[in-house]
Amino acid sequence: MALEKKIRELKERREKILLGGGEEAIEKQKSMGKNTARERILAILDEGSFCEYDMFVEHDARDFGMDKKHLPSDGVVIGTGAVDGNPVAIFAQDFTVAGGSLGLMHSRKITKIMDHALKMRIPLIGINDSGGARIQEGVNSLAGYGEIFFRNTISSGVIPQISVILGPCAGGAVYSPALTDFVFVVENISKMFITGPEVIKTVLGEEISMEDLGGARVHCEITGNAHFFAVSEAECFSQIKKLISLIPRNNEVKAKPILAAQPDNRYNIENIVPGDATMPYDVKDVIRAVADSSDFFEVQEMWARNMVIGFGRLGGKTVGFVANQPMEMAGVLDVDSSDKAARFIRYCDAFNVPLVTLVDLPGYLPGVDQEHAGVIRHGAKLLYAYSEATVPKLTVIIRKAYGGGYIAMSSRHLRADFVFAWPGAEIAVMGPEGAANIIFRKEITTAADPDEMRRQKVDEYREKFANPYVAASRGYVDAVIEPSETRKMLLHALEVSEDKYVQMPKKKHGIPPF
Amino acid sequence: MEKRETAKLCIDQTGYTTRISKRYAQRVPYAPPVPGRITTFIPGTVLEVLVKAGDTVTEGQDIVIIEAMKMKNRLKSHVAGKVLSVNIKAGDRVPKGVLLVEIG
Repeated sequence: MALEKKIRELKERREKILLGGGEEAIEKQKSMGKNTARERILAILDEGSFCEYDMFVEHDARDFGMDKKHLPSDGVVIGTGAVDGNPVAIFAQDFTVAGGSLGLMHSRKITKIMDHALKMRIPLIGINDSGGARIQEGVNSLAGYGEIFFRNTISSGVIPQISVILGPCAGGAVYSPALTDFVFVVENISKMFITGPEVIKTVLGEEISMEDLGGARVHCEITGNAHFFAVSEAECFSQIKKLISLIPRNNEVKAKPILAAQPDNRYNIENIVPGDATMPYDVKDVIRAVADSSDFFEVQEMWARNMVIGFGRLGGKTVGFVANQPMEMAGVLDVDSSDKAARFIRYCDAFNVPLVTLVDLPGYLPGVDQEHAGVIRHGAKLLYAYSEATVPKLTVIIRKAYGGGYIAMSSRHLRADFVFAWPGAEIAVMGPEGAANIIFRKEITTAADPDEMRRQKVDEYREKFANPYVAASRGYVDAVIEPSETRKMLLHALEVSEDKYVQMPKKKHGIPPF
Repeated sequence: MEKRETAKLCIDQTGYTTRISKRYAQRVPYAPPVPGRITTFIPGTVLEVLVKAGDTVTEGQDIVIIEAMKMKNRLKSHVAGKVLSVNIKAGDRVPKGVLLVEIG
């Protein structure tokens, strides 16, 4: 029958295209520890959920011998599917086809699926593995990038956008991931840079390997461009699935709740924090002691470690944790940690994820390098992000909350909805040593025994001000609670702020200190 | 807690026991600019050295020409004085921040 023949023809056409750039190119891809574009998509999506579109799209470039080149699917695979039942849109560049280079039709396929994602209000996952612009297609490929960047920006804060860097992503191409919410990288596979080692060597005479210039570790530890680090593609895919399960599919709904679960009793909240405010501990243990199943999904774990950010659940609902990390750089605020927290806060606010802030910090990091790096501008981002956020904002002051750091870390004054403090909290303008030395300078310098006098005055200050009760007496702290009451209070606070509604003054948009 | 050394970080006269980040440990202490020191502001190649040790130079006089980013950059003296030392020669490739010529 005619139809049968046509179906056979369709199958043959598909089979040919599914081979991508051919067996040799696939073998090369495999030898680098990389999966093919379609394998990657299938690994991330639920079994049988992937529907591919635009499989038969081809370029019509004529110059530089392109008219004789056949590029299956024009080097990119697009479609929709589901991750744990959550619908998503996805594209994956196919490095086996002309190095995944981006030409006009390639970019049109990407922008088509981006438009779909925005219209359908579902997350977009983009897998980047491309040598860059398809030089033969000239300005058309530049136009392609521009169209992608524009859509990244317009979709920002409406649908979650996830970038997965599984190969090179160089030159202008890196700006699409940079505009998205979360960037996943894999060791030895991901490479991101604006100008590569070759150019740097020719122009500046500096020699550096691709991995050292823009490898996964560099972007996780130094630049802060990436959010999740994995050692294999398989690990990366499971991180993506975990993230998708935690975040809402668009900005008009909340994340899907799951059944509430108690924290693991391995984490005893009474025993984590030392009484001496100068001694370190791991604040992630405090998060694990309050979060459902002690499950904390950290974001940007390796960058600006003095600030901890990430997702967890309370009573089955997703929350974003922001916490100073006393174990790293005493948990100070600095350029990078302010940047890191501010962006995460804005993500949570855009996507209806309540914020839980755990405070224990000595203030801002002093130093010429910080001042010259713009700690004023970057530090201001944190104030801006917290002030602007209208999602429920719950704050727990665990220990120190000194000076400007106190204000910045989701204080009442930036409109936290609930501020709780542990009995060991020290809410003051600075630590007792520093404060006593300023306030009692005269008494100390003129005393017969200045050291003894200093000790006395430090103790006096500590007794009087290094506690939560001065702030509580002004209503800046809503309740002083025992550490063991923390989870209960947070759960209750979340419950009462479920339908929180805040009207902000009408504006086009604010002007955050970018 | 994973094993990594802790040290004291001093903030407002209080020493906190904590881990020190690599970036903080490796930060370059600030040094005020010395007007007589001609240094590279960009990595590049020395095209020409226009002075030699012992020369007397005036403020604003060209000292070295560096080629970087395909541009020829004339490095001028900010002070009048004597050339104390010349640390490079034409053809040298120099990274950023290197002392080329010292004028005193």
